[in-house]
Amino acid sequence: MSGVWQKKDLLSLRELSAEEIGQVLSTASVFKEILGRPIKKVPALQGRTVVNLFIEPSTRTRISFELAAVRLSADVVSLDKETSSIRKGETLQDTAKNLEALQAGTIVIRHRSAGAAHFLAQRLKASVINAGDGSHEHPTQGLLDTFTIRERLGKIEGVKVLIIGDIVHSRVARSNLWALTKLGAKVKLVGPSTLLPKEFAELGVEVAHHLDGALEEADVINLLRIQHERQVQARVPSIGEYATLFGLNSERFKRCKPGVLLMHPGPIHRGVEIASELADGANSVILDQVTNGLAVRMAVLYLVSGGKGVGGDS
Amino acid sequence: MNEILLQGGLVVDPVSQREAKGDVLIRDGKIAAGKPSKDAVVIQVDGLVVTPGLIDPHVHLREPGQSAKETIATGTAAAVAGGFTSVIAMPNTSPVADGPNTIAWMKQRARETGVANVFPTGTISIGQKGEQLAPIGSLRQAGVVAITDDGHCIQSAELMRRALEYARMFDLPVLDHCEDKSLSAGGVMNEGKWSRILGLPAWPGIAEEVIVSRNVLLAELTGARVVCQHMSTAGSIRILREAKKRGVPIEGEASPHHLTLTDDRVEGYDTSFKMNPPLRTKADVEELRRGVVDGTIRFLATDHAPHCSYEKEVEFDEAPFGVVGLETALGIYLTELVHSGLMPLREVVERMSAFPSTYFGLGRGSLAVGAVADVTVIDTGRAWTVKKSEFRSLGKNTPFEGRELKGRAVLTIVDGKIRHDLDGRAGRS
Repeated sequence: MSGVWQKKDLLSLRELSAEEIGQVLSTASVFKEILGRPIKKVPALQGRTVVNLFIEPSTRTRISFELAAVRLSADVVSLDKETSSIRKGETLQDTAKNLEALQAGTIVIRHRSAGAAHFLAQRLKASVINAGDGSHEHPTQGLLDTFTIRERLGKIEGVKVLIIGDIVHSRVARSNLWALTKLGAKVKLVGPSTLLPKEFAELGVEVAHHLDGALEEADVINLLRIQHERQVQARVPSIGEYATLFGLNSERFKRCKPGVLLMHPGPIHRGVEIASELADGANSVILDQVTNGLAVRMAVLYLVSGGKGVGGDS
Repeated sequence: MNEILLQGGLVVDPVSQREAKGDVLIRDGKIAAGKPSKDAVVIQVDGLVVTPGLIDPHVHLREPGQSAKETIATGTAAAVAGGFTSVIAMPNTSPVADGPNTIAWMKQRARETGVANVFPTGTISIGQKGEQLAPIGSLRQAGVVAITDDGHCIQSAELMRRALEYARMFDLPVLDHCEDKSLSAGGVMNEGKWSRILGLPAWPGIAEEVIVSRNVLLAELTGARVVCQHMSTAGSIRILREAKKRGVPIEGEASPHHLTLTDDRVEGYDTSFKMNPPLRTKADVEELRRGVVDGTIRFLATDHAPHCSYEKEVEFDEAPFGVVGLETALGIYLTELVHSGLMPLREVVERMSAFPSTYFGLGRGSLAVGAVADVTVIDTGRAWTVKKSEFRSLGKNTPFEGRELKGRAVLTIVDGKIRHDLDGRAGRS
């Protein structure tokens, strides 16, 4: 598989070119085909060690990365805040140095601080994959969403994608907007004005605060999880009011295009961001996203390792 | 008799309105008249500029209590290396300087280990907690030149009002770090396009402007002298400019980083660009420069804030705020204000010497006969590159690493003693 990918790390989609994103997607297609075979394992990363460093808790992303690494025959070690020495007060810097001393070839990091993946990448020879850093980016989510749209609609260019929710705190929104706009999609962000600041309009996307007019034209609707945590409480009166104004219910769904794709990065709040029957309905590709996530993460693990096929940790 | 003759320099002394080629004679720690004796140390300074010793009104010396970051010895060594003969020390030490004993200790320590003059400030509130007034009268008697809770803006308008009323009794300036914490809560960089891209919690300009507005109104009400420290936004400058037109006793302070750098520098999550208030936008930088040029902002400070490298080498949102500045400020101000043509040299010298001396009553900042011999000799044309490995400060947290600057202090004399001699001129006589 030759191509344009030269990067040691995957830190953000903003820093990728359309060609690099395209290469991840085409590599993921190959892996998806392999995942459909009876024997789903390939020896591409045999002998390479992948460390999943999940300082912020996550179940689905971590399992997806673990399984992706296993399918590529890598040796996989997973650490979380409780099992690493970070709980004992070790700094990220020291944790990273220790992992490098153990000759980890690839480090997948999930961390509550924006820039944590950059921090590691600047200091380590190992490849670093960002599995979500604070409110910054979640590149593999952006890639798997893009992959899913392309798989279903056959293209990205010109596709109208609506992303609804708490944009300001969303790393999923950021990664999606970069991947999609770089590949020519038309992205519109919708959310309460308190969760969708005006500066997002400077990033090449449209910004709106009402669903009217947005639903009707969308080819894809990506609904983000809204968490009524402390930082959101000061910005929206209640989850109920949010659902009333921004939730996708059956009534609103009638105004959408018949073939609209409904996406959600999960975990879903049924009845808040999306009505339960829509999440399970014919337009929903939510479980495709999960399956595709595996193929995309295999592609990313493969490419940052040099894409050389069978090999060691060099 | 101890004599130094600085021979043949361009003497720039704003107080006496002197700006001419000539000699400066120092005798027993004072500027002297007449002829030097034959034992005088003669230092050739032709082609160089001789100015009153520079004064930095905003420095964190970290001692007592945080001597891994900086000490009075290393901080004052950094000061003289940067051309500063006097520094005004912020009180956020450990313990905080909220009582006369700590001030007495600092002054003693400065006498024993310092190589520049150290003028301490005391806190406004006990423990910098913003709840109860510190013993401001006792602090005054112990010798503080101002009070400030720098880094911890007084959130209660009531407490700030009483602090100003009280400080007014002693004509003691009150320095405020302008930050409404309910608006900046958790913020680590400017709110704007870049905070949205980087996903970092935002510290919006409005959090500064709300407090600048409050301080203007309270200064006007009480008649106390107030300085808004390290101003960072265009809005703050406009508020201050309007207030000064009405004669409100309020001043503003600039820092080298806010005057030159913008928030896009945070892109690589380098904590050398994390300071409080944060770097703002190009429009803010431009207005800040206009404010300095038109006199809305008169203080040219550093906000020298050293930290250990291990403290700064962490996730961006976890890192402490602050950057060092003593060894780069003069180069930045000369490059960005004088060589760029925005301000004449004489005015920058005045802002960095006579003005802070008069404002804080330091009794320095002049080359008149009989004045204390604090003198800085500057090679205004000297091109050099910032290298943190060469800093005297223990803090290497500079946002200017590798920057090309023009203008550098080559000789710094404090109380008639040579404390910095970059090229070894004194030895050549």
